[in-house]
Amino acid sequence: MEYFLQQLINGLTLGAIYGLVALGYTMVYGVLGMINFAHGTIYMVGAFISLITFLVATTVLGTSVPLALVLTLFAAMGLTALWGWTAERVAYRPLRSAPRLAPLISAIGVSIMLQNFVAQAQGARAKPLPPVIKGGVTLMDSGDFVVSLSWMQIIIMAMTLALMAVFTWVITRTALGRAQRACEQDMKMASLLGIDVDRVISTTFVIGAGLAGVAGMMVTLYYGVIDFYIGFLAGIKAFTAAVLGGIGSLPGAMLGGLLIGLIEAFWSAYFSIEYKDVATFSILVAVLVFRPTGLLGQPDVEKI
Amino acid sequence: MLRIEGLQSGYGRIQALHGIDIAVTEGEIVALVGANGAGKTTLLMTICGNPRASAGKVWLAGEDITGLPTHHIMRRGLAHSPEGRRIFPRMSVLENLQMGAARGDPAHFAQDLERVLDLFPRLKERLAQRGGTLSGGEQQMLAIGRALMSRPKILLLDEPSLGLAPLVVRQIFEIVAEINREQGVTVFLVEQNAFHALKLAHRGYVMVNGKVTMSGSGAELLANEEIRAHYLGGGHG
Ligand SMILES: Nc1ncnc2c1ncn2[C@@H]1O[C@H](COP(=O)(O)OP(=O)(O)OP(=O)(O)O)[C@@H](O)[C@H]1O
Ligand SMILES: [Mg+2]
Repeated sequence: MEYFLQQLINGLTLGAIYGLVALGYTMVYGVLGMINFAHGTIYMVGAFISLITFLVATTVLGTSVPLALVLTLFAAMGLTALWGWTAERVAYRPLRSAPRLAPLISAIGVSIMLQNFVAQAQGARAKPLPPVIKGGVTLMDSGDFVVSLSWMQIIIMAMTLALMAVFTWVITRTALGRAQRACEQDMKMASLLGIDVDRVISTTFVIGAGLAGVAGMMVTLYYGVIDFYIGFLAGIKAFTAAVLGGIGSLPGAMLGGLLIGLIEAFWSAYFSIEYKDVATFSILVAVLVFRPTGLLGQPDVEKI
Repeated sequence: MLRIEGLQSGYGRIQALHGIDIAVTEGEIVALVGANGAGKTTLLMTICGNPRASAGKVWLAGEDITGLPTHHIMRRGLAHSPEGRRIFPRMSVLENLQMGAARGDPAHFAQDLERVLDLFPRLKERLAQRGGTLSGGEQQMLAIGRALMSRPKILLLDEPSLGLAPLVVRQIFEIVAEINREQGVTVFLVEQNAFHALKLAHRGYVMVNGKVTMSGSGAELLANEEIRAHYLGGGHG
């Protein structure tokens, strides 16, 4: 029981991170029908920006840890968002009316370019960050097993919840979110209602990238070690999460992220840690065979 | 209000409009009739900037709008209820109407909503229903209502009668007349249902293969032998 509870906590933490990244995939897919393969790399870039900002803030500027964390959050979110905007302008927008394969390849190009840039600029070796936020609370102590919830895990879950709540509010309740959904459903009609479709698409990339940037920051603080390659597998898993939840569905992406995190944690704990990715992706295949639209994706009910 | 001169446009290499001249004066209802594939929809969409005109000019309220991006054109007192209605299927009726008001002044929203719901009481009962689950007639009402939410000076209507039962068609045409009469909205109407359209309109144009071949008052065109033979099927549509 204690062991189970601990895995649940670990899985939810991991799942929160995947969920944040998955939102970016699903949003871009929803609007453009394009898989943004560079999205996982943005998460990696967010991790590096966080590491650098945090170290510079604490050592060079000598700020306190809480202030450094706030600075890191703004830097990670802001710079990745800026990158998302730039990449869309430079690498995807010119290909908007090209065959569907072209922006896909362009995204892979952006991803490889960014990965190699970080590998060259920052070195290929893994970068450690000494634990910043230590300790936590003990939830249960049965004598031979302790269930604990670290402060870092609390922060990750709380922040993910907060971001998802704000995000959900923006998408479902505000004019910006309405315009975003309108573009997703019928871009031409949205423009006939005076919506600047290009701006909505830019915003989509900016939001998605910002969320991935925050996920990158959290993973840096959580694991304390990053390298230029972490975006690849995390990106594929977040993409899997988006597909599992139903690509294009925002609640689906969050749910898919949590499920992938949980599957990974439980499989590692009860079966074998080496085979965790085998398990994760087998489940993906199984779900898609029986439910091709994903868990929350739904075939449209449209007339005409 | 709307003046079109020598307008040409098309899709890639296919030219669909071969030099169109049309003028719609403030307060008028003008109908454009023509067979399938004549280029009626293309004309309305070209006015809105998508596809772009390859030659010719479009003036809206005295200003040249040719070549402007669609979302700019649509912010100049023009609204379009397009072919196929294009309701946002996964948005509620209310959200669809809110989208129609997206380019308007938020301070007018409540008032405009009331005005549109008075015109279409059917929509009032269905505000929370998803657009995609409305009947064809309700979708057409929503499309027109959504267009009116921006307080347009001129309304483009592409085949509002398509696929609807005669009774519903009559209702919708009556409402169009009412909008024109009571709210002073200028209407440019495209129809295959030439009989109804020409009866409703002050003036009409006939389009064949991307060219305007005839024009005149609604009554004149209705009386024309050629039109009776080609577009009215000898009877009344
Ligand atoms: N997206 C498109 N791509 C290529 N050709 C098109 C496209 N849309 C229309 N066309 C062509 O342009 C011509 C004019 O079509 P348009 O839809 O404007 O006709 P219409 O008068 O509205 O016909 P209908 O009464 O059937 O709606 C047709 O030959 C059509 O095949
Ligand atoms: Mg048409």
